[in-house]
Amino acid sequence: MNPFVAFAEYSAVGIAGGGIYALIALGTVVIFKSSQTFNFAMGEMMMLSAYFFYTAAVTFALGPLLGLILALVGSVAVALLIERFALRPMMGRPFIAVVMVTFGIGSILRGIVGMVWGPADLQIPAILARTPVIIGGMFIPGKTARAFAIAVVIVCALIGFLRYSRAGVALRAAAADQITAYSMGIDVRRVVAFSWVIAAITGCISGVLMANVNSLNPSLGLVALNVLSVIILGGMNSIGGVLVAGLLIGWLESVTGWWFGTEFREITPYVLALLILLVRPTGLFGSAQVERI
Amino acid sequence: MPHAPRFSRNTLWALLLVAALVALPAAVPRYWIYFAGLLGINIIAVHGLNIMTGYTGLLSLGHAAFVGVGAYTVALAQSRLGLPFYLAIPLAGLAAAVMGVGFGLPSLRIRGLYLVIATLAAQFILNFVFVHWQSVTNGDAGLTVQPAMVFGYPLNNETRAYYLILACDVAFTLFAVNVIRSRVGRAFVAVRERDRTAEVLGVRIVWYKFVAFALGSFYAGVAGGLLAYFNQFVNPEQFGLLLSVFFLSAVIVGGMGSILGAIMGAVFMTLLPEILRGGALSIGGTFGFDLSSILVPLRETVFGLLIVGFLILEPRGLAQLWKRARYALHRPPNPDARSGGAS
Repeated sequence: MNPFVAFAEYSAVGIAGGGIYALIALGTVVIFKSSQTFNFAMGEMMMLSAYFFYTAAVTFALGPLLGLILALVGSVAVALLIERFALRPMMGRPFIAVVMVTFGIGSILRGIVGMVWGPADLQIPAILARTPVIIGGMFIPGKTARAFAIAVVIVCALIGFLRYSRAGVALRAAAADQITAYSMGIDVRRVVAFSWVIAAITGCISGVLMANVNSLNPSLGLVALNVLSVIILGGMNSIGGVLVAGLLIGWLESVTGWWFGTEFREITPYVLALLILLVRPTGLFGSAQVERI
Repeated sequence: MPHAPRFSRNTLWALLLVAALVALPAAVPRYWIYFAGLLGINIIAVHGLNIMTGYTGLLSLGHAAFVGVGAYTVALAQSRLGLPFYLAIPLAGLAAAVMGVGFGLPSLRIRGLYLVIATLAAQFILNFVFVHWQSVTNGDAGLTVQPAMVFGYPLNNETRAYYLILACDVAFTLFAVNVIRSRVGRAFVAVRERDRTAEVLGVRIVWYKFVAFALGSFYAGVAGGLLAYFNQFVNPEQFGLLLSVFFLSAVIVGGMGSILGAIMGAVFMTLLPEILRGGALSIGGTFGFDLSSILVPLRETVFGLLIVGFLILEPRGLAQLWKRARYALHRPPNPDARSGGAS
């Protein structure tokens, strides 16, 4: 194949795949903004949602639509439980202690999924059509393209919501200055819980999309660790930044996999994360919140 | 006031414990000695993570990978350079320290999450290297290691290797205790508690973070080197993320920032998988299920529950519970009697 066409094609596939990264990263950043907590359990929340979807849609044969609704309800409930019983008691504790708690929660969820659903690959009902999308001679797998389209719609909807709704404004106020937000009558605890709900929604949708594009197994959640580099690159507290970074890293992964061999895909985000730490720790768009010492 | 005794009561207990451990192989079956050896190795690795995370507040999610660096260093130093164990083990420590610093250095200068991400990146990148650098690491198949030779004796069974590990444990525990008591150790705690204040008071934070990270990785490397000799093989599967979670749980469960805690955590976490296995198999046997397939996820769940539970309910871990229990036992029978009879 003509290398330029191949490059363009891998790029398009990568960017399309990056849409899901952006969606996951959005959930993580919202939590970070509201409570200065990094949620290491994001991937596991995402995976658990996909399993909820599978159980509702396949095991109980309720069909994809009802399955998705139930999965959303389930993930929101789990997120609220996590927030209420694991994160809220940790309010005001050192940052790394809170991070370790989310890491522990990730381990719990991963274990639960392993115990309940087992390690095998599960087939979830195809909610995305397979027919490939062809743009200007480039051939993009149908599921990837459609997942990207859905991710874009959800991301836009969420950004609009965060910008214009009352809850979104409260969230941004709490992110800007927690104490002032408190004194202006914003219930910061509810804002934090709300950010977990948003994370659960983005996690659920990205989980279901991810399970559609690839397959459903307990390693699904590890994808979210790739999102770490998305967040670093985008800047820890910049929603716009992580969206761009998500696409960029999806692209880079795909192109690296093409150029150096598929096995290099898995470490691309980490190598990149280290490079960013070395060169520009604020990320591309983050505010200069990085504290050098 | 009388002179303080030359040996404190704690030293006496520690000496008794070591004596008991030296005599242990004579008293218990071989399988136990295997466990004791594994436990000894874990204790060294957990000391390392405890120095970083517990004392200095530097969270590392890549500890297993640094242990792996140590293990591969020993395997390669032996097969390629023919180094004896007393050179290979320090070399393993050094290699891990260099790796640790290499990954950690950019983010040691920045507060917050960045170091966590750098260590996680180290975990995945190093594991990738173990798997894919075929010509050196032999990929998934791994490398075999000949037993260590001590004065012409091969340490080719559990009991012999156990004594080497025990000696290392004593040495590294003593070293950790002394480092923590020194100026350096106090600087670690100062960095963890109030880095700004520490800086103002003249503690060079970046330097001490660097020292803590190098020292913790050194311990990891030594543990890895011992593990290579102990198992007589090295493969990438041993050093996955689950092992890093394991070490982190041990530090948290035992009690962050406590030497005794690191030991208790390592003991608890080494025995826990066995207890879980025994428990699951016996429960499964009673009810006629085969629960062996869920053991790995069960372990993950329990590790996670322990991390979360201890962080929320008892952040200072088993060491603190132990202290409290001891205090309850030794409480003066009548507190009023000491207050000079004011009542």
